[in-house]
Amino acid sequence: MLKQLGAFRLDATFSAPTPGVIALFGRSGSGKSTLVNLISGLLAADTGAVSLDGELLTDVRRGIAVPVERRRVGYVFQDARLFPHLSVAGNLRYGERRRRHVPTLIAYDEVVTLLGLAGLLQRRPWQLSGGERQRVALGRALLSQPRLLLLDEPLASVDVSRREEVLPYLVALRDRLSIPMVFVSHQFDEVLRLATHLVLLESGQVLAEGAVEEMSLYPELQSVVGPDLAGAVIEGLVTRVNPATGGAELAVGSGTLQVSLRDVEPGARVRLQLLARDVILATQPVQGLSVRNALRGTVIAIAADEAGSVLVRVDVGGSIVLARITDDARRALDLRPGNAVWTLVKAVSTRGHAFTLARGS
Amino acid sequence: MTGSPGPAELEALRLSLEVAVRSVGFSLPLAVLTAWVLTRARFPGRLLLDAFVHLPLVLPPVAVGYVLLLLFGARAPLGSWLRDHFGIQLAFTTAGAALATAVMTFPLMVRAIRLALENVDRGLEDAARTLGAAPLDRFLSITLPLMLPGILAGAVTAFAAGLGEFGAVITFAANVPGVTRTLPLALYTAMQSPGGDALALRLAILSFALGLLGLLAAELLVRRVRRRLGG
Repeated sequence: MLKQLGAFRLDATFSAPTPGVIALFGRSGSGKSTLVNLISGLLAADTGAVSLDGELLTDVRRGIAVPVERRRVGYVFQDARLFPHLSVAGNLRYGERRRRHVPTLIAYDEVVTLLGLAGLLQRRPWQLSGGERQRVALGRALLSQPRLLLLDEPLASVDVSRREEVLPYLVALRDRLSIPMVFVSHQFDEVLRLATHLVLLESGQVLAEGAVEEMSLYPELQSVVGPDLAGAVIEGLVTRVNPATGGAELAVGSGTLQVSLRDVEPGARVRLQLLARDVILATQPVQGLSVRNALRGTVIAIAADEAGSVLVRVDVGGSIVLARITDDARRALDLRPGNAVWTLVKAVSTRGHAFTLARGS
Repeated sequence: MTGSPGPAELEALRLSLEVAVRSVGFSLPLAVLTAWVLTRARFPGRLLLDAFVHLPLVLPPVAVGYVLLLLFGARAPLGSWLRDHFGIQLAFTTAGAALATAVMTFPLMVRAIRLALENVDRGLEDAARTLGAAPLDRFLSITLPLMLPGILAGAVTAFAAGLGEFGAVITFAANVPGVTRTLPLALYTAMQSPGGDALALRLAILSFALGLLGLLAAELLVRRVRRRLGG
């Protein structure tokens, strides 16, 4: 798919399994929103094609361009765009009324419950907080019975302190509905919590795409999120919880990790990010340390990082962990691919990066 | 000097109101359409249409009335066609006075409506599209309600101005008592007749009061609608 906008040129190809949550991730100006507008049809492509579940929505060469209003592609805009002359209920019903002839994927009452809108129905858009506005916009889009939901940085216009008024609802939608979502973001935290699949964009080009775990090891992603947030995303199975301390034990690879994690049940699969700067490597078992977690693994690669340090990739029995160590430390330990190492992680350093994963993903 | 309003004033007032109401009723849909075409459509000659719509603002009203006579007079092509096919006669009738008023106040109305349309957030129309609204549906359910303050302002301003339209009315519809003698025409007639000073003054005061009332009503109405939209 190709689009020239002044000096900016978007040339992107990606496909993703449905259902699932695809994150379009990249710096601002990388073409994420343009790509979403091309999918919705609000922007006409110069060349290329868009297909959804096997149906062509756009194919420039064959002259196909299904009108936006007939695509059944929901769109949650950055600025919500609620209709100011209608109440919250009127906004929710707007899309629903216009899609009476299509099979109902989700009903009005279900949307109101799922998004916590019951107390807001009679209000006017200007009486809502930023987070509430986005929830109404989300509900309105869902009630138009979309086959695909596009979310263009739905949290960007919401105060940082109020993002929790929206994010958990997005997670709930992902887990409860089978509507595929394409989600634009430049916050890796949001991606980590929501996405199953990540498409990395830079200057209008797709740099890479894949599962979030896989993509977290990708050096270009680290250059986008910045060195401090670089780190492997791994999956684990909750084996034990201690409600008193808020700690949980996870099976990761062939070992176990103690993490701070509330509101999970044994048996849940969780995803967490171990920041590379918080991971310590040892060439032999260590004793007398306060660090609770030691995973045994093998070095599989060592890559240059920012000046004076290297990123070491360690296989801890199926899962891969990234550790940032100084070049001096690498030389002193004489680390090479194939070496056996102990990976040490403080329980608290995983805090805030552990999220319950969607069923089936 | 002034007394209670007599039959002449009441008749002039009633005629002025009738002419203004019919004029607004006739031109409002056309003004919305014109505003939409001038704002949204891109076609060669748009500038010319724009200038044409605004012409009554700069032309002598007598010239507008004269052009209307040339087009809709009893023997003029459009005038005789309307009479033969629909039995409608415009020249020297109340309907003709309303037409002349409509033409004169049209630019005022279009300007107000156009301003309102330009302020409608296109993003909201895009949102409506993604929710399944086709173009006409979008216009009726989103664009039109959001333009409402401007449409009301345009209609009330045109109504207030229409109460006092003089030159085009007297040229095209003449000064027939009870048919086309509206407030300003009655005022003019009173001024011309010996001993009509008191009547002229009463008519002038009435015109002032009506104009003020109209403008205040427009402002209050627009404020109320804006408040509903959360502006």
